[in-house]
Amino acid sequence: VTLPILWFCLIAFFWTGYLVLEGFDFGVGMLLPFLRDERERDVALDTIGPFWDGNEVWLVVAAGATFAAFPAWYATMFSGFYLALLLILFFLIVRVVSFEWRRKRDGTRWRATWMWANTLGSVGIPFLWGIALANLVQGVPIDGDGNFTGGLEDLFSVYTVFAGLAFVGLFAFHGASFLALRTIGSLRERATAAAQRLSLLAAVLGTAFVVWTVIVAMDSNDKDAFPPVLPAALAVAALVLAVVLLSKGRNGRAFAATAVGIGSVVATIFTSLYPRVLVSAPDFANSLTVSGDSAAHYTLQVMTVAALVITPVVLLYQGWTYHVFRARVTGDEAPTPLA
Amino acid sequence: VSPLAVTAVDLARIQFATTSLYHFLFVPLTLGLAPLVAVMQTLWHRSGDEAWLRLTRFFGTLMLINFAIGVATGLVQEFQFGMNWAVYSKYVGNIFGAPLAVEGLAAFFLESTFLGLWIFGWNRLSPRLHLATIWLAALGSWLSAYFILVANSWMQHPVGYKVVDGEAQLTSVWALISSKFALWAFGHTMLVGLTTASALMFGIACWHFARERDTQLFRHAAKLALIVLVPVSAFNLWFGSNFGIVTTELQPMKIAATEALWDTEQPASFSLFQIGGFTQSDQTPSFSIEVPKLLSFLATGTLDGKVEGMNELQKQEEQQYGRGNYIPHVRTTYWAMRVMAYLGSLVFLVAALGAFLFWRGRLERTRWFLWTAVVTIAFPFLAALAGWVLTEVGRQPWIVQGLLKTSDAASPSVGVWTIGISLAVFAVLYIALGVVDFVLMRRYARPDTGAPPDKEQEPAQAAVPT
Repeated sequence: VTLPILWFCLIAFFWTGYLVLEGFDFGVGMLLPFLRDERERDVALDTIGPFWDGNEVWLVVAAGATFAAFPAWYATMFSGFYLALLLILFFLIVRVVSFEWRRKRDGTRWRATWMWANTLGSVGIPFLWGIALANLVQGVPIDGDGNFTGGLEDLFSVYTVFAGLAFVGLFAFHGASFLALRTIGSLRERATAAAQRLSLLAAVLGTAFVVWTVIVAMDSNDKDAFPPVLPAALAVAALVLAVVLLSKGRNGRAFAATAVGIGSVVATIFTSLYPRVLVSAPDFANSLTVSGDSAAHYTLQVMTVAALVITPVVLLYQGWTYHVFRARVTGDEAPTPLA
Repeated sequence: VSPLAVTAVDLARIQFATTSLYHFLFVPLTLGLAPLVAVMQTLWHRSGDEAWLRLTRFFGTLMLINFAIGVATGLVQEFQFGMNWAVYSKYVGNIFGAPLAVEGLAAFFLESTFLGLWIFGWNRLSPRLHLATIWLAALGSWLSAYFILVANSWMQHPVGYKVVDGEAQLTSVWALISSKFALWAFGHTMLVGLTTASALMFGIACWHFARERDTQLFRHAAKLALIVLVPVSAFNLWFGSNFGIVTTELQPMKIAATEALWDTEQPASFSLFQIGGFTQSDQTPSFSIEVPKLLSFLATGTLDGKVEGMNELQKQEEQQYGRGNYIPHVRTTYWAMRVMAYLGSLVFLVAALGAFLFWRGRLERTRWFLWTAVVTIAFPFLAALAGWVLTEVGRQPWIVQGLLKTSDAASPSVGVWTIGISLAVFAVLYIALGVVDFVLMRRYARPDTGAPPDKEQEPAQAAVPT
């Protein structure tokens, strides 16, 4: 395994971490308008309160790693997907502040505003990332110098918009099963019911998306069905398993299955993308590649040492956080000084 | 270069300047408040004095309101290199990207994960462990400042690189992370952070004294704030001027422009204030107040050191890099430096006077001073912004000193309209967020309506096992 390939895998890993973890935060955010009152929303937000910020850092690391390990990929993708990224930033910003600010004042309008900011961001961000990642595989117009030559409209096709919808559906399900795991009483029952209803939708969307992605990869990225079918099959199996487990009331295992399912969806995208990092269409020859557009060997060596030392420690303490806050949120807790 | 392309670069620069400066309104406060809150919690942990717990909550709440917007606007920073500066990103990615990625991995994870544990872990973790989480979050914020300053410093003073096929490649990671410029910038930024946070703490305490609310409690806060503010703001004056000497050595043009020094002088006098003398066609000010030999001292460390002027440096750079204008915008750098230095000095004077009054037991009765201290809260913020204006404008026309010009660094595929839209979006969004942030900060800091954090009943995590 060469260093560029290792970094391609690491970037895929960071994206997986982001979408699996922040995925359930998005899902909880999407469900907020369907809850009964502000008290329930407090509880729902408390289930992700200790985690969401750390989960979002996976995105920061994925983007930073792309910048460092594949400068041309970062430059072309971020300048090419300009307006989509602008919209993502808008949603990211209002969503981040909604977590901190929503409870800093009373009043229905104030709370409703920040709830909608959270929900809007929680729907908009995964929808747009779905479109962006699907475009990597489907291809965008790139010239011989590696510059994006298209416009905003080139990012929208039936496939890429479907990718966005699939992301939203998957995360809504993921979030509902997370909420079912982390709450009690009536909220828990309704979250479980919502998860059951969403599970079928998510399984169908997820299955259609991975199949479609493999077809797109064969069509526009000169891939064979193998190996992308491997993660695709795993995604389908995990999502179907989640449906079954949920219908049997095995919420914990169902959540694990959706996590594996979403991880496999991301793996399908990146397996379909390799050995390119950004496909060019119609001029396929202008595609950016793992081997051709990586940073120099020394930079990758340095980054590899840093990543291999730090990442396990991060996984350890982030995992510990989930252990610390493993108890269900009841809403009757002793008040903490800050929240 | 067509006129249209120039406009796109201009807009991209305006966007970078506004979003970065805005971001940096929130950063120093987090950098300084995190360790101060950690100190307060440690004092509570050690002494059991409830006052320190209340202060931990009070300033912790302010820190979190502010932290949210710092995080949110920081995301824009990471994305906009690629969005607006694609040529730059390709050119420097090998070097600039690495500290950015490590910043996320080593610093942001630490900061955000442990801040989450701190906020929600009061009833979950043992007091010792809970105390450790705020210290680790503070460590994370300091590490993130270090890595991003390593990246920025490479643009000011490139080290440990070679240029291969039109892109800069790293040759020594040690040279990068131990860069002289980076270490000075980091030290200066940390001192600015502590100054900003302790000035805020002191100002809020004085506000409470003026309104005669919770005076007992805020006497603790004022004392801690002064213990930090007086030495740190004094040390920062010394540190900052030494950073100036380092900059003179590494970026002589920046310092010449900052001092509006057109011709080389030995010894050089320092201009305290001047009218005119800011452009190539108008090199002699119509009015100025000068201190003999002071610039020599500030720029070189000796009273009769030679300080090179812009005209000589322009000739040197033309010989080295070809024809062109290598002089930054003199009026901007000149005043940015003075706003920074004068406000920085003012903060120290207010702090010193405050310490004197506190020591004599007269602080709470000296009403004019209490309100002065409240106003002083704003000065470190303004000084920090001016400092960044000086650092970044003073580097122009270069985006990477001596290697890549700003005018050549923008995204070729991004047009005027696109950047215009994004600039408008950020302007509207940032103004709205700024207003809300200010209103919230004021509401939680103000003495009269109170809203003391302990009255805010928040649902929280319980000890109900699954």
